[in-house]
Amino acid sequence: MKPAAFDYVAPHTVREAVDALGDTWRDVRVLAGGQSLILEMHMRRICPDLVVDINHVAGLDRIGLDDGTVRVGALVRHQVFESPQAVPGPLGRLCANAVVNIAHPPIRTRGTLVGSIAWAHPASEWCAIAVALDAVIEVRSSGGVREIAARDFFLGPLQTARAPDEIITSVRFPLLGGSTGVGFVEHRRTHFCFAQVAVAAAVTVHDGLIVDARIGLANCADRPVRARAAERVLIGADVSAANDHPFADAALAGDHQPVDHPFGDADLAGNRLPADHPFARAGRAAADEDAAPVDEPYADPEYRRQVIAVLVGRTLRQAVADWRSHAEPEGGLR
Amino acid sequence: MNITLTVNGDDYPLDVEPRRVLADALREDCGLTGTHLGCEHGVCGACTVLVDGEAVRACLMLAVQCDGAAVRTVEGLAGPDGEPHPLQRAFSAEHALQCGFCTPGFLMIAAGALESIGDDPELVDRLVESNICRCTGYEPIRRAIMRAATDCPPASDRSPTSEGS
Ligand SMILES: Cc1cc2nc3c(=O)[nH]c(=O)nc-3n(C[C@H](O)[C@H](O)[C@H](O)COP(=O)(O)OP(=O)(O)OC[C@H]3O[C@@H](n4cnc5c(N)ncnc54)[C@H](O)[C@@H]3O)c2cc1C
Ligand code: FES
Ligand code: FES
Repeated sequence: MKPAAFDYVAPHTVREAVDALGDTWRDVRVLAGGQSLILEMHMRRICPDLVVDINHVAGLDRIGLDDGTVRVGALVRHQVFESPQAVPGPLGRLCANAVVNIAHPPIRTRGTLVGSIAWAHPASEWCAIAVALDAVIEVRSSGGVREIAARDFFLGPLQTARAPDEIITSVRFPLLGGSTGVGFVEHRRTHFCFAQVAVAAAVTVHDGLIVDARIGLANCADRPVRARAAERVLIGADVSAANDHPFADAALAGDHQPVDHPFGDADLAGNRLPADHPFARAGRAAADEDAAPVDEPYADPEYRRQVIAVLVGRTLRQAVADWRSHAEPEGGLR
Repeated sequence: MNITLTVNGDDYPLDVEPRRVLADALREDCGLTGTHLGCEHGVCGACTVLVDGEAVRACLMLAVQCDGAAVRTVEGLAGPDGEPHPLQRAFSAEHALQCGFCTPGFLMIAAGALESIGDDPELVDRLVESNICRCTGYEPIRRAIMRAATDCPPASDRSPTSEGS
């Protein structure tokens, strides 16, 4: 298993990279971290004619802040986000919680956030966060620049709205305000595996009530999902209710009976929230309405719906706990 | 393409195809076969080396990307007089290898992080989780890395290698 032969260029400016990508009669690929591309080239599932290595392009390795948004350049490695201070506020905590689930340290020293968005794996943690937070993907070609909303960007497994001659220069995320709490929970078989299910949540609390909720699901459909039905359930929910059942797991009431599954989570059989608890209802809405799990080895769709319901509840509890520990002093509850 | 790899302090001027991955360049072109190739998927970690001080999978980097970079492999761990690196001594003492196929990768991932372990013992778990060993059951490897991190304060780790690079 060795890559097929290809031509290689290593431009120093975005301009030069864009010119190289303009060669549209050949299969031209951007090489960022290479942690997906080179692997695919080994398998010869991708055999590019030309590889455009952007690792020498100046200025792409920055995280920039402007106007309430954070702009992540195309060469910012996964590893950078392991520090919650890499990005200010709750978004920094969300990124730090999520990134440790991506592969392991030597992959994270090379792989990039933008490369993950470009690759658009349905199980990608960054892609789920991008759709949850309405990220904006900034692309450039010889025709100029264009911005694509995350909700319009992911078209299916490894399929995006990016044209082959376009380079993603950066991805913009809205910074989350101080009264927002965040959570990220993932279930996977081993450290080397992609997520069976992962959930990202950001809940904004005002006067003890949830006024905004954003939930992103990874590996719950053929592309990253924003769980809008689950979010709707949460608006107006009293977060003190979550506190009444601090150790109970949401969503295992009602129609969802625990299954005896070899890879099942111990907590599946554990404590339950009342079926009418908002987190339980949000978990069921995410599993039944938002998700469309695709069959895959080790985790059939029915099992994954169970896991989604549990993990959404768990992520919401984490988000409320995060809000409590970071926002309560200023935000004030009651 | 003409490139120069600096491996363990020695320059290797090479003429390689762009498709040559770093691991193959080290093994086939530099004759340094200590770096092993298992999966070529980034999963097993047998090929882990340090590039400019950071642990990377040598199967998922092109040799041309390392032109001018400082590469450190398992051959560069021992001192010039053949004195084993503290990590190598600890692996031996803790029986942290059986067949030895995974060992270069574990040694290099540990070498890249050894000085940070003091403040963060949980780092050892993350390092050990990063690679695959089919023989030892991991626990001896975890103990060996902990032992090397405790036995050898940062400065003593630097001395055997600084002559080499
Ligand atoms: C063992 C292992 C485990 C992994 N586990 C996970 C995991 O749990 N979760 C996860 O999300 N990922 C995982 N990955 C993938 C890893 O996160 C990759 O780093 C990521 O998917 C791609 O980022 P990259 O920078 O390496 O991109 P590359 O591999 O360089 O590129 C990937 C694709 O995107 C294109 N591309 C990259 N950057 C741009 C750009 N700026 N503009 C246009 N196109 C671009 C490339 O042309 C290519 O088609 C794993 C990888 C390995 C080897
Ligand atoms: S050979 Fe590189 S990680 Fe397995
Ligand atoms: S010692 Fe045999 S694989 Fe680790």
